Amino acid sequence: MLLNIFPQKSFGVSVGLFILLLIAPAIIPKFYTYILAVIFVTALLAMSLNLVVGHGGLFQFHHGVFYGVGAYVGGLILAKTSLPWWVAFIAGPIAAAVTGFLIGLFCIRLNRLYFGMLQISLGSLLWVIAFRWYDLTGGDDGIHGIPIPEFISSSKSSYYLVLIILCICLILLYLILKSPFGSALQAIRDNPERCAAVGINVRRHQLAAIVIATFFAGVAGILFVVVEGSIFPELLFWVLSLEIFIMCLLGGWFTFAGPILGAAVIVSLRTFVGTYTEYWTLILGVILILLIFFLPEGLMGYNFLAKFRSWSKRAAASSVD
Amino acid sequence: MLYVRELKKFFGDFKAVNGANLKVEKGQLVAVIGPNGAGKTTLFNLICGQLQPDRGEILFNGEDIGRLPPYEICRKGIARSFQIANIFPRLSVFRNVQVSVLSQQKLSNRLFQPAARLAVESTNRILESVGLLDKKLDVAGSLSHGDKRILEIAIALGNEPDLLILDEPTAGMSPEETSTTMKLIQRLAQEQGLTILFCEHDMEVVFGTAQSIMVMQQGQTIIQDLPEEVRQNREVQQAYLGGE
Repeated sequence: MLLNIFPQKSFGVSVGLFILLLIAPAIIPKFYTYILAVIFVTALLAMSLNLVVGHGGLFQFHHGVFYGVGAYVGGLILAKTSLPWWVAFIAGPIAAAVTGFLIGLFCIRLNRLYFGMLQISLGSLLWVIAFRWYDLTGGDDGIHGIPIPEFISSSKSSYYLVLIILCICLILLYLILKSPFGSALQAIRDNPERCAAVGINVRRHQLAAIVIATFFAGVAGILFVVVEGSIFPELLFWVLSLEIFIMCLLGGWFTFAGPILGAAVIVSLRTFVGTYTEYWTLILGVILILLIFFLPEGLMGYNFLAKFRSWSKRAAASSVD
Repeated sequence: MLYVRELKKFFGDFKAVNGANLKVEKGQLVAVIGPNGAGKTTLFNLICGQLQPDRGEILFNGEDIGRLPPYEICRKGIARSFQIANIFPRLSVFRNVQVSVLSQQKLSNRLFQPAARLAVESTNRILESVGLLDKKLDVAGSLSHGDKRILEIAIALGNEPDLLILDEPTAGMSPEETSTTMKLIQRLAQEQGLTILFCEHDMEVVFGTAQSIMVMQQGQTIIQDLPEEVRQNREVQQAYLGGE
């Protein structure tokens, strides 16, 4: 019943990929298991951002804040209270969604770029709190060695936790995108004025989308704590927000799975090129320039097959002449 | 059904609408005419909430709707099309119409139900009635100009409006397209008992279809009457029809 709303072709590919990822930790070295887990967390973060950027048309410039709030709230509960571990897992995402609602409430009154600019300023306030409040947050050092419950503390078990939660979240995001809510959201992206004229309360709808997206960012935040065992203010810094924005653009912001690809590319670049040179962002810059010129809709937004067919057809036609 | 009384809207010193009066009865096909810049589109934007009036009142079914936001006016039963094709270019034709049908059926906030299975029948019926059913899977942005304008009307029909407002439905159309579109509008008015308010440049079109005509000049209403009366009116002849 539920299954037949997923596109059949990509469904087969996704199941195959999922099985491959399930057996991966048994084969690949521990370091790569860790990198994959980092990619999953980042992919979830980018996917949550893309709900409002690619499908909602909002310039959510400071999405990292909600990731950071989720990580900090979850991490502080684990590190500084004796509450059971699952409280942290619930409180992190909810705190992120509440923050998303409060910040969104102000930003949503503004349009386009002004929306993003106000979000950066309000988000930076939260960064300052994390950066300066030494007693609570550990300031610029952050908090390290956060006690993670035993059953998910090894690199393999945290890998599986992250993978499973990522899959659940992706299914939920897909359902939301295909629901009437998602349909109206995409319509608002295309034409807000017309949407208001067909009876949709545009601002309320966008705010609801922000709350949903920030909730998933909070989920990514608490997963980050599980994988890394630490929190630090860079999680809320605008540079990270920019990075996830680029992941969406790079992977294809009008596609569903594009941001996952974008996250994989950027995390790999940072990890593998980053070990050779600290100027790995230079390579990212070159990739971005090429992207803007040749693939403005991102890697997945480009229909390679269709282009190849039309190209080969043209080639065939001209050879007949 | 719709009464507009002494409506005014100024943009700085420019009096875009300066005393417009309009009356639309249920089941009527009413046209607004006037030279370029007479304030026809501004009047429609005021009625539908895209703009807020400075003075005057707009009564719809006895209720003042002059200060309401567009989405609430739409929920009261007024749907509109725009002068420039105002569609959702990245969505398919089907989903363009479905968005407004879902909104009408108050389903837009459902989160975990596949939209592909909702409101399919009503959406298809609307597409069939305007003749776009065979193009329903096309991306709306790729349609021809004429089809975009028709789609525009179809989106408005998705709201099952009591009053349908069409802002120059045939703007930029070829003569053939114009006549098909006007026939479509007349058929919709008859079959579905729709009340329609529209503005138009083409005089033949207006006098051939409308049951009541309101003439605007420089933001003011000169007259609203039956087509024959309007044709006879001296002021209108001088102002608009060139006079004799």
